[in-house]
Amino acid sequence: MRKCYINGVGCISAQGTFDTVFLEDSIVNDQDNVLTIQDPVYKNYIAPAAIRRMGKGVKAGIVASALAMQEAGVENVDAIITGTGMGCMEDSEKFLKAIIDNNESFLTPTSFIQSTHNTVAAQIALGIKCNGYNFTYVHSAVSFESSLLDAMMQIESGDAATILIGGIDETVEYTMSLFKLAGYIKNESDKPFKVLPATSKGVVYGEGATFFIVADRPQSSSYAQVLAIELLNSLEVHEVEIKLNHFLAANGFQISDIDAVVLGYNGDIEYDVYYQNIAENCLANTTQVYYKHLSGEYNTASAFGLWVAAKIIRTQEIPAIIKVNRVEKESYKTILLYNQYKGKDHSFTLISTCQNTE
Amino acid sequence: MEALQQELKEKIIKILNLEDISVEDINDNDPLFGAGLGLDSIDALELIVMLDKDYGIKLVDPKEGKAIFESVATMAKYISEKRTK
Amino acid sequence: MNKGVAITGMGIISAIGNTVEENLISLLNNKVAISTIDNISTIHKDSIKVAEIKKTNQELVNELQLPEENNYSRTAMLGAIAAKQAMADAGITDINEYRTGIVSSTSVGGMDMTERYYYEYFKDESCLKYVSSHDGGATAQTIADELGLKGMVTTISTACSSAANAIMFGARLIKAKKLDRVIVGGTDALAKFTINGFKTLMILSDTDNTPFDNDRKGLNLGEAAAYLVLESDELVQKEHKRVLAYVSGYGNANDAFHQTASSENGEGAFLAMQKAMKVAGLEPAQIDYINAHGTATPNNDLSEGRAMLRIFGKHVPDFSSTKPFTGHTLAAAAAIEAVYSILALQNNIVFPNLNFKTPMSEFDLVPQAVLKHKPIQHVLSNSFGFGGNCSTLIFSKSE
Repeated sequence: MRKCYINGVGCISAQGTFDTVFLEDSIVNDQDNVLTIQDPVYKNYIAPAAIRRMGKGVKAGIVASALAMQEAGVENVDAIITGTGMGCMEDSEKFLKAIIDNNESFLTPTSFIQSTHNTVAAQIALGIKCNGYNFTYVHSAVSFESSLLDAMMQIESGDAATILIGGIDETVEYTMSLFKLAGYIKNESDKPFKVLPATSKGVVYGEGATFFIVADRPQSSSYAQVLAIELLNSLEVHEVEIKLNHFLAANGFQISDIDAVVLGYNGDIEYDVYYQNIAENCLANTTQVYYKHLSGEYNTASAFGLWVAAKIIRTQEIPAIIKVNRVEKESYKTILLYNQYKGKDHSFTLISTCQNTE
Repeated sequence: MEALQQELKEKIIKILNLEDISVEDINDNDPLFGAGLGLDSIDALELIVMLDKDYGIKLVDPKEGKAIFESVATMAKYISEKRTK
Repeated sequence: MNKGVAITGMGIISAIGNTVEENLISLLNNKVAISTIDNISTIHKDSIKVAEIKKTNQELVNELQLPEENNYSRTAMLGAIAAKQAMADAGITDINEYRTGIVSSTSVGGMDMTERYYYEYFKDESCLKYVSSHDGGATAQTIADELGLKGMVTTISTACSSAANAIMFGARLIKAKKLDRVIVGGTDALAKFTINGFKTLMILSDTDNTPFDNDRKGLNLGEAAAYLVLESDELVQKEHKRVLAYVSGYGNANDAFHQTASSENGEGAFLAMQKAMKVAGLEPAQIDYINAHGTATPNNDLSEGRAMLRIFGKHVPDFSSTKPFTGHTLAAAAAIEAVYSILALQNNIVFPNLNFKTPMSEFDLVPQAVLKHKPIQHVLSNSFGFGGNCSTLIFSKSE
């Protein structure tokens, strides 16, 4: 069975992750309950003829994918697999609003054709003329993890050698106002917004585009090796530890082998207990990291989490801004990620330093 | 006719989001599709809606658009003949 | 030839029937379901025809015995009905007994509710329960909840090829031994969003759609859901499962030509069919029937036809599009056509490509226009979507 390496990354987020080493320029914004991305100069990456129809997520996805490919030194790939929880919201909303406000009259096709969930993967394929496998997963908090699982299966079986994967979600006005109304987003009155410790219901929402080149061979640009991933739809709080131990054991690991754990804490007092429960028990002596106070919570925020984990392995450093506890390790070789949203769509991901054995 | 052509150029740029193009860049007889301005079938559909909304001209078959949208000049000629508003 | 992954159950609800049996009867008797639209208020009511499931949301709620405070979108309800049928057909009683997953698909998910309550949300608090039913994953989550499944659940959305990709990924999960069994398929309800979207592209027909006909005017939208149960060989043997057919081949490729239009020579379609035959270990001559994508849009049928000619040369097997029966059911299309492909294998029939009169001027491909009985071993099914997404599945007879 072939092994799966992360050979390049690209990250557009609410932080200046676009051209930084790691999180050296990051700051915590505790005043806004929706965090928007820091836009790169899109025109440097996308031709004017193409850019005129693109929504925010498509543009950010194309730039993040270009960065990942550049870093891995590849010009094309065997497959493009993306994850997006909400899809191309900007164009969906534009079209839907026009339908309703104009009573189904004088509608134009552009926002409709750009509204399908697979637009980002399709536009990347169009841009680099990639005729390969092209999938888009749209399942809430495991949208990105589904794409990683799919890519790993193809690398392991030898069906593909180089794959572009990514997670993209965008915030748009109407949906954010709806999420506020439904209580998914924290109330203004809960300011300043804290992720740790959680003090109120709901989350600070965010958006981003995070891409990776995964390949069957390590190279000088490699960050890490992806060892395993598992998706579980629904778990009770007490079941997480059991499932975690199963997951590790199935892959020949135990908790003591884990140098750091990256947890998806999002500041929602109702559901952060899923993380807290393992953090205070089986992982109490493990270095703990969190990141959604920087990225905001969104369906594919966990791709930002994987970016953080890959950077930790690359730099062998954990910036203070993402530390949960004071446990420190001499080296960070094996990192576990755990994420869930509202008690659903749990994922465990295990990555390590590259082991160059074939 | 001159004024209508100017108006159409402004509309084309705005509706099709042609950020890097100015009215001066479009000549009356330049082909809009293919080698000219590089517009495609989706742009044609956008222009069909514009004909309906702004000039009260309804096209039923998208294929009719091909001759009408050849250039700004052909568009202006067609609109001035058929407009209902 | 590679045997593939066993299919042990199937379920379907479409405009031509509420069960597998009803769908077969309609297909055998040319009973089409293209009509004017009843369940959605739209200004296009009189100018378009659709394939609508003639049940109101309340009737679907009753059928599923849902509590009044449920927040199921129409898409989710159709999906739950079809998935439950598939489970029952496969004889599954304890869903968490083996490593079981769901790979679902949809294009617009719960858009039917979002468009209904777009402004209501801000006036009427009781609508807010539907906010969480909008996103693509919500329909699969609903189905998982209905079935009580705790394992792996995911959703694919690649426009009109979605369900083919869900079936493909499910088959690969079984092959890679990640799961023992998986429920795969897709669901899409009619919505103003898609009706108006396709309307803006000017590819909706105001009459019954006529795939592969020279005078074709476009597609009829439809709504449907269908699911298959795929199981590992080990489980089939252990549980002495009846096998309906096998998913023997699959392929996905991207046309990389245009966001919505298919390329002149059908490159993506050609590559998808080629890959699927390679996975199945089959030669073109071994394909007995092609259930074509055949949406009856000028662009699709030309591009697909050319791709078929590139693969099969002078010996294109019997082919037909079943969309004159069901309309184009978007993300669900490949799942309902998977059920029809299995029915073709089981009953040794080629379903008719209805409404065909005049061959296309560009080539001399003529679809099978009337029901045909003949031995069928392998069926190839195509599904293509926006974003150049091209998928092919091959279904093979159970021995």
